[in-house]
Amino acid sequence: MPRLLFLGSLLLIAQATSSPQCDNSSANGTVNTAPIVVNGGPTNNSFNEPFTSVTVCVPGTSNCQTIGGILVDTGSSGLRVLSSALTLPLPQQTGAGGAPVVECLPFVDGFTWGPVSIADVQMAGERAASVPIQVIGLDTFGTVPSGCSSQGPAEETQIDLVANGVLGIGSFIQDCGRGCTLTGSSNPALYYACPTPTSCQVTAQPLANQVQNPVALFSSDNNGVAIQLPAVAAGGQPSVAGTLIFGIGTQSNNALGSARVLTLNSRGNITTTFNGQSYPNSFVDSGSNGIFFLDSAASGLPECKSSTGFYCPPTTRTFSATQVGANGVSVAVTFAAGNVDAANSTFSAFGEATGRNPGSFDWGLPFLYGRTFFSAIEGRSTPGGVGPYWAY
Amino acid sequence: MSTSFWPSSASASLGGPVSSVETDRVQMKSALVRIARSDAFTVHEIQSPTGVTIREYYGPNGVVFGVSWDGEFAPDLRQLLGGYFTQYQNAVQTARRVRKARSRLDINDNGLIVRATGHNRSFSGIAYAPNLVPSGVSPSVVR
Repeated sequence: MPRLLFLGSLLLIAQATSSPQCDNSSANGTVNTAPIVVNGGPTNNSFNEPFTSVTVCVPGTSNCQTIGGILVDTGSSGLRVLSSALTLPLPQQTGAGGAPVVECLPFVDGFTWGPVSIADVQMAGERAASVPIQVIGLDTFGTVPSGCSSQGPAEETQIDLVANGVLGIGSFIQDCGRGCTLTGSSNPALYYACPTPTSCQVTAQPLANQVQNPVALFSSDNNGVAIQLPAVAAGGQPSVAGTLIFGIGTQSNNALGSARVLTLNSRGNITTTFNGQSYPNSFVDSGSNGIFFLDSAASGLPECKSSTGFYCPPTTRTFSATQVGANGVSVAVTFAAGNVDAANSTFSAFGEATGRNPGSFDWGLPFLYGRTFFSAIEGRSTPGGVGPYWAY
Repeated sequence: MSTSFWPSSASASLGGPVSSVETDRVQMKSALVRIARSDAFTVHEIQSPTGVTIREYYGPNGVVFGVSWDGEFAPDLRQLLGGYFTQYQNAVQTARRVRKARSRLDINDNGLIVRATGHNRSFSGIAYAPNLVPSGVSPSVVR
């Protein structure tokens, strides 16, 4: 049954993308749409997670591989691929003295560890040349430095990652930025030089060599992305198909229109106000599988018995909050909280998924259902101003 | 079990003696920014060289009952969680098997609470041990 549904969603993608591909020859003529699908992913058990395919190539060649089941993540920057999904011999990035460069990237619930490789990255008609990407779970650098393992448990398998890789298309260009170019204790220790697999030392990594958002390196449509997803029926759906559009205001299919622009602060956050309280570390994140906010006492929503950390009200409830950008632009948002335990367990898309997050509002994928959501890259010009911003 | 609250390692933090606050400050090459005292507990706020604000909460018995962090980069959790770090790692791996959530962590595991949120370039969170919180103090002071 899930397999049939998966095939069905592929057909939908083909239909959904065929017309824009024919239409958008207007501005620069590059095909700038890639299909995305919320379908359970490669492990067939993910929930509210959007996936796409990415083609990586040995730089400057047509020796390429297309990898499916890649999570579309606006909450990170850079492409990361599991070594178990990669068959292509990509060149290793080297640093000082020719030592291989290996990265430790912290996520909130652990870290990914693995070498920085160089690839040309293709999506739709777009191509970025010589992009530093991370290869996760390679045995060659199996000894994780203690400064990396102090971030929690590793994410190094498809089961850990619930994906074959992560496509970080967030508002930052690099996954680290200036901090990683520094020496000494000010360096947050994301990049290591490994003369041998067991002698990795933190290294200062120039911005251009850091793992980075491939969209920023496209020759056109490189100022941001738009994510289009349909509304999800109450109670959820087996899967939904949408579109990842490259560029903002660069072609006829990615105009901002009446979308309101909320600029981001230096850490890529906005403020959410709710019941008179202000939550400054709030963010929109396509890689979050629910809208996570407050706790049971503050939201009045009981926690689930089985889906730990999610809310399970007996009947669906509606809330309103206000998102406020660093530019002061504010937008009132309504969202629904339904019972996650009661949702059909074969459904991969559930728009009423909410859960605990006492310190801030994490506006995950349910917020993106039924919208066109724009994410502009830092320092890049768009018709809505210079990024970083979110607009919808 | 009690040894995990008083690890012999000098790098203890949550569950460790208040002297570990100073150990943390030195090991992390951090600056002590602020000390705030109430009748029931004291907060040391330190700034790590990578710009992360770290707060350590301890009671009259000198035991650190809670820690929090907020900054562009993730903190050294082995350092901050001290003897609770292994328990933390195991709890995260168990949580992943239930419902994967990349941007949010919510651990309530046998005497250890950890809540974290954020994304690339923004990390914040709290951790506390409910049975170490001084009587009359609400765990919600850890923030």
